[in-house]
Amino acid sequence: MAFAAFQTAEVVPQAPRKRSRIALFLLLPGLLYLVLFFVTPLISLLLTSLQQPAEFGDIGQYEYAFNWQNYVTVMSDYWPHIVRSFGYALAATVFALLFSYPLAYFIGVKARRWPMLQGLMLVLVIAPFFISFLLRTLAWKQLLSDESFIITSLKALSLMAPDAHFTGTPFAVIFGLTYNFIPFMTLPLYTTLERLDLRYLEAGSDLYANPFTVFRKVTIPLSMPGIVAGTLLTFIPAAGDYVNASRDFLGGPDTQMMGNVIEANFLVLLNYPAAAALSIILMAAILVLVGVYVKRSGTEDLL
Amino acid sequence: MSGEVQAAAVLGGLGESQELDSRRPGGRVRGRRLGLGDWLLPAYTIIAFVFLLIPIVYTFVFSFNDSIKSNIAWRGFTFDKWLNVCTVEGGAVCEAFGNSIIIGIAATVIATTLGTMIAIALVRYRFRARGAISLLLFLPMATPEVVLGAGLAAQFLAVGVAKDMTTIILAHTMFCISFVVVTVKARVASLDPALEEAGRDLYGSPSQVFWRVTFPLLLPGIVAAALLSFALSFDDFIITNFNSGAVSTFPKYIYISASRGIPAEANVIASAVFIFALVLVIVAQVSRAARAKRLANLG
Repeated sequence: MAFAAFQTAEVVPQAPRKRSRIALFLLLPGLLYLVLFFVTPLISLLLTSLQQPAEFGDIGQYEYAFNWQNYVTVMSDYWPHIVRSFGYALAATVFALLFSYPLAYFIGVKARRWPMLQGLMLVLVIAPFFISFLLRTLAWKQLLSDESFIITSLKALSLMAPDAHFTGTPFAVIFGLTYNFIPFMTLPLYTTLERLDLRYLEAGSDLYANPFTVFRKVTIPLSMPGIVAGTLLTFIPAAGDYVNASRDFLGGPDTQMMGNVIEANFLVLLNYPAAAALSIILMAAILVLVGVYVKRSGTEDLL
Repeated sequence: MSGEVQAAAVLGGLGESQELDSRRPGGRVRGRRLGLGDWLLPAYTIIAFVFLLIPIVYTFVFSFNDSIKSNIAWRGFTFDKWLNVCTVEGGAVCEAFGNSIIIGIAATVIATTLGTMIAIALVRYRFRARGAISLLLFLPMATPEVVLGAGLAAQFLAVGVAKDMTTIILAHTMFCISFVVVTVKARVASLDPALEEAGRDLYGSPSQVFWRVTFPLLLPGIVAAALLSFALSFDDFIITNFNSGAVSTFPKYIYISASRGIPAEANVIASAVFIFALVLVIVAQVSRAARAKRLANLG
């Protein structure tokens, strides 16, 4: 069932589920809420994406139609943003995985003998959640600005060209996305690694596998549920993010992602159909990618 | 976003791990020379934590900056910003902060109530369309926030609802429900049905059994879910930006002032919230460890 990979609490055998009116009473209010404020908004997004400008209307006035041309228009206008969104999100996911795996391995496997230390390290992993997402990103912007200590030192050491910038480049955006979504990667990895049965690793080395082979053939496959959950939890929000790529944060004019153009079209240009069409494309692409990825990695019970 | 489910687990002590012998490291082979891995991984872990905490330290340090307007260059140490948080820009930062608190509490109360009810039903009852209902609960967590935000905004536009505080609360409640369900469900599934049975054997009415046995046992999960909802709502920017109209929240205030410079007072509020949350979590962790120790001594 959903998110089985994330649950660490023990499960007690429950009495057989009964049929009752109470179930309806418990489920109905919440589900109705989700239908009203999640399902119907998606339908209105779909309808909006097919609208056309009202005949005698002002800017921002549209009428319902079946104007599928909107999709062609946004695809041709914004294809670089679409490519960038998925490219940056993919890069950030890979970096976050490389960063998080050793960290999660240390917390979940090496630190097992010291539960207090484990608890403390988990608190440190989620500590960035406690400070505003936007302020964290702005902090990096200042720390990596052209006049900052880090960048001037890199330039003094000739590790960076004297006229090069970091903020405003794709690297800065990918850096920001990676930093901001690291906890989403580390926590699910920790959950699976914490339950890793080390006797399998011993069996591997008893069979004369070297440590690298044990890692590749035993540890990685056993931690696959965590890898799948972590990559999804990083990739999905990263692909839709527009804070990191925004010009006032880590991005520049050439780093705008789909989120930025959805925001601009919806809130500034009042071009609702374009924003809606882009949102539908983003959602559809993510659902297809997630479906294929989950199927290929053989962890279908995640959903 | 469900990394946050685990954040909740850490918050509420749900992440209590069972002590299973199988997970203990095997006996260390005697005479094995200390390998690269023995110090490389701890060293990496320390560097990784330093990296994760740098922006937090930066934000905290710059809350003491004697800045004039924008808080970029270091101009000297002062406590002024902490003492006069609400005086800058006619109290705009504090107003935004207050709005965020009100929205957070309202969304948390509604989402925790609705989500807990669903979680109990999912574990305890049989009903039709279970697959479809699971999908409905999962999808909001798998949808990018910008799509959720734009969708709701398109709906409010189509219906002709003006955006204000209410629309923000409605939006936040929507994305919190699924997280509450996941968090509380874990707690319901770990509840021993024998305890409720004992309550019924002692002639407790169904409502007595629920309020005096089931509910107190579920409370840690419900509290964790509520804290998570509040944290999600408090830090949300993307969905808020689409559905807030002229209302300011703390993240929205930061986003809008980013182009002209953030006042140090924003750092003060963020640092205070950070310290408060950190103390809360550490107290929860320590009391959990103490409880585990007490239980271990008893057994």
